Amino acid sequence: MRKIFFDHISTTPVDERVLEAMLPYFREYYGNPSSHIHEQGQYALRAVDGAREKVAGLIGATPDEVIFTSGATESNNLAIKGVASAYAHRGKHIVVSEIEHFSVLNALMPLMNRGFEVTYVRVDETGLVDPDEVRRAIRDDTILVSVMHANAEIGTIEPVEEIGKLTRERGVLFHCDAAATGGKIPIDVNRMNVDLLTLSAHNMYGPKGVGALYVRDGVRVDPLLDGGFQEKGLRAGTENVPGIVGFGKAAEIAIDEMDADAERLRHLGKALWDGLARRVEHIHFTGHPEKRLPGHVSFWVEFAEGESLLIFLNLNGVMAASGSACSSNLKAKDEEELVASHVLKAIGVPSDICTGSITFSLGKWNTREEVDYVIDIMPGIVKRLWDISPAYADYIRQQSGGQKS
Amino acid sequence: MSIGPYSQKVMEHFMNPRNVGEIEDASGVGEVGNPACGDMMRLYIKVEDGIITDAKFRTFGCGAAIASSSMLTEMIKGKTVEEALKITNEAVAEALDGLPPAKIHCSVMAEEAVKKAIEDYLQKQKEKTGE
Ligand code: FES
Repeated sequence: MRKIFFDHISTTPVDERVLEAMLPYFREYYGNPSSHIHEQGQYALRAVDGAREKVAGLIGATPDEVIFTSGATESNNLAIKGVASAYAHRGKHIVVSEIEHFSVLNALMPLMNRGFEVTYVRVDETGLVDPDEVRRAIRDDTILVSVMHANAEIGTIEPVEEIGKLTRERGVLFHCDAAATGGKIPIDVNRMNVDLLTLSAHNMYGPKGVGALYVRDGVRVDPLLDGGFQEKGLRAGTENVPGIVGFGKAAEIAIDEMDADAERLRHLGKALWDGLARRVEHIHFTGHPEKRLPGHVSFWVEFAEGESLLIFLNLNGVMAASGSACSSNLKAKDEEELVASHVLKAIGVPSDICTGSITFSLGKWNTREEVDYVIDIMPGIVKRLWDISPAYADYIRQQSGGQKS
Repeated sequence: MSIGPYSQKVMEHFMNPRNVGEIEDASGVGEVGNPACGDMMRLYIKVEDGIITDAKFRTFGCGAAIASSSMLTEMIKGKTVEEALKITNEAVAEALDGLPPAKIHCSVMAEEAVKKAIEDYLQKQKEKTGE
């Protein structure tokens, strides 16, 4: 059976060129950058610095503003907790959007236990944050605003430039989680006026286990880990040299190919969107229709539950994601953890539907043919679920003038 | 084929659910929802001489919910009303070769549906004899 990977928002395959670049750093150049008196250490140091330059280049930063981490979760934690700790003397108020990733939302919990206050800015039904709401949420004791660049589940791209402008005016730091957008759409830390920005390598055809936090020159961040003085003292621990090299290569490739890829993905995404809209009845797309990630299509279908859709898609070789509590929490320890998606709740999707959304996220190697295949199989899958749905049976009865049994 | 955390049995019932549909002149109907996830099950039973002779269902829900519904209809057919009342969600889950921990509650829907359907049946019986 053919296999179609439409789940690039969860992760991406490593680009061959990235893997090639990484391999020598396992056995040939295995040095520790901190031990650079000898040649092995020198190779490693140069490799890490080279990668730093490339990642900085991807986002319009200078190399010494890039801190390598283990990934977006660590970067988000470092940004939120590090700033909170370094600026607590100025104030203890933080503003975030209500659709942030869990690594932002949950990083706030221990801070709230330590007396910090958090204001959650609402989003509209397309998932957009209103910069004016951010402006109104900022108080005299606000030290940080954190709004993501784009939301993985519904694809909406946030007006970060406007938010950056107003945080700058108010003298408040601005952190942006760009895990979903890094290497996919242009990022310029100066145009966006961000002070801190989270990147993830494995979402842009790089390896897992490596990410970065951009920290604007002059912004103070307290480290999460105590240890050595790597990464300007902000991230103790021997660097993940092969991973960082891979990240650098992925950034280099993205700089060259991002625009063309994005253009292609936009077309594929539109074809998928239009095809589903035409072929699947009772479909509701989520997120913003235009301001969205290229190649990202998210939706729910009335009378068809998300996990069941996902299983049928998988049986047909199609791998997708669901905002479904049912499927994303299959490994949850108990049903307490079975909650509807906070993102879908935020955009006003009824809670019984929140368990039912599907996210198709395309990547650079997906084809038009794959898109057509998915469009072709969707109506049949949906029909199968409708056929066993009680609410659909009622709906049909109502349509034909009968009444609920 | 087992998929992710689901057993082969679950997948089998999910892909080919037994007894989907409605019973026109049902003796009892039970409808239950799961507020946690918005899933819903409707069960129709036909009772003759105290024995459940037919059962049909419609379910909106996850894989575990659909498989549990299907399995339940198989389990109650041919049973007396009293026997059917004793069926627990654990028994349904067991018949499916187990469910993942987070999915146990989905089988609760099946247990509750049969209780409700029988309640409905008994209620209707009472109304009949009351007339
Ligand atoms: S998750 Fe809702 S019944 Fe299974």
